Amino acid sequence: MRLAILGAGAVGRSVAELAGDYGHEVVGLADSTAAAVDDDGIDVPAALERKDAGDAVGAAEPEAVFEAGYDALVEATPTTLGDAEPGFSHVRRALADDRHVVLANKGPVAERYDELRALEAESAGSIRFEATVGGAIPVLSTIEDCTPGAVTAVRGVLNGTANFILTRMAAEGLSFDHVLAEAQDLGVAEADPTFDVDGIDAALKFVILANVLADGGFTLEDAAVDGIREIPASALELAAEDGRTIRLIGEATRDGVRVGPRLVPATGALAVTGTRNVVQIETRHAGSLHNSGRGAGGPETATAILSDVGRLPSR
Amino acid sequence: MEVTTVTEAVDDEPAETDGGVRSYTVRLELVDEPGELLGALEPIAEHGGNLLSIHHERGSVTPRGHIPVEIDLESPPDRFETIVDALREAGVNVMQAGEGRYGEQLSVVLVGELVETDLSGTLAAIEADADATVVDLSLAAPDGIDETASARLRLDVDSERREGAIAAIRAIADDRGLALVEPLPGGEA
Repeated sequence: MRLAILGAGAVGRSVAELAGDYGHEVVGLADSTAAAVDDDGIDVPAALERKDAGDAVGAAEPEAVFEAGYDALVEATPTTLGDAEPGFSHVRRALADDRHVVLANKGPVAERYDELRALEAESAGSIRFEATVGGAIPVLSTIEDCTPGAVTAVRGVLNGTANFILTRMAAEGLSFDHVLAEAQDLGVAEADPTFDVDGIDAALKFVILANVLADGGFTLEDAAVDGIREIPASALELAAEDGRTIRLIGEATRDGVRVGPRLVPATGALAVTGTRNVVQIETRHAGSLHNSGRGAGGPETATAILSDVGRLPSR
Repeated sequence: MEVTTVTEAVDDEPAETDGGVRSYTVRLELVDEPGELLGALEPIAEHGGNLLSIHHERGSVTPRGHIPVEIDLESPPDRFETIVDALREAGVNVMQAGEGRYGEQLSVVLVGELVETDLSGTLAAIEADADATVVDLSLAAPDGIDETASARLRLDVDSERREGAIAAIRAIADDRGLALVEPLPGGEA
């Protein structure tokens, strides 16, 4: 397929770099200021080199990617809450042009799922968004294979930063603030860690899962969200004495979404360590399934996007 | 003789194969009379339960004046139902009128100014509102009792009322400005 990629951060550029390996061609690549567009395929290394040197990624305006001869739009711009703009408008425009859309941007799928599905119904294009939940881990495709109706709940750890902090606190008996600073030094946590440690990022992913299970109806506002700031090292010690640990666990069912610190068995499947993510998919007929792996990162998330591209119907 | 709680415990992984044997803990309250214990054990053996251990706490007495007895046994999950039925048929008065035969223990962690906010009052409120028995308490206050402390509570609850019990504890924690770390139901495997 011919891909137009919106967003040239870690994810967008990895998609551009790996597309060829998966048999796809990049005809457009845009960041927030400029775009490289060529219907015969852009020179990806050259475009990224220009960006790395501080120059424009290409000569065209960002909007020009929509004029490219593309089959699927890869929406990999930063996640925004509320109206989920400009991501939502990007998706609308591509669907209006009867093109497919693959999202890595959680905003539109978490905040405006029902509208997205309505737009998709009127379009010859379709949307997929595996990359929005759990990075490299096949979560949505697993649910799709089980059929969403046979899945009763999805639980798990979908924020690597919070999981890293809790793991380190438990292992070293250190305070939240101490480990957060360490995580920021390591680049595991961002300068503003709110999204991760207050549970918002995880909540967006579980809202998306609830939308998939219930065929829509949820936004971030419907989620009950608690973060991990209030967890002292002593709480993790007490949990450990009882063979348990504390993890930031999300739960999505047809009835709602919850994210918060929970006690889990220390040796159980959900007690992943470090930045690793895990999901437990509870099925009606097949017990529970566990998928674990890297939940973030450029190449990791790009593989989820490219798997989605491979699942798209041909145009 | 009354069976107050029957706790499904010990192994967290349900046996998924036919003939799989699981471990169960049955907690009984016996009237302090000769033959009561034997009367409780017979139905278990008769229905294929394999007794592992019997813990007869003759020294302690429950609030109702009975003697708590804890029995660990193994049986296939389907046969365990039969054993519990047989206990009832043997004249065992199952508490709480047929609902919630299976009690369970759940652990929660409370975080905050626990001592300042009247820890014993918090525990009493949990026992009353959550219909639970606090069986174990661990307190950690590394920075002194005036600072943020953590407490792990192990509670006996009726499994049918588990969600209600947790909701009640959540309300108590909110009320007292404490953070609550709940267990994850279904996340045990």
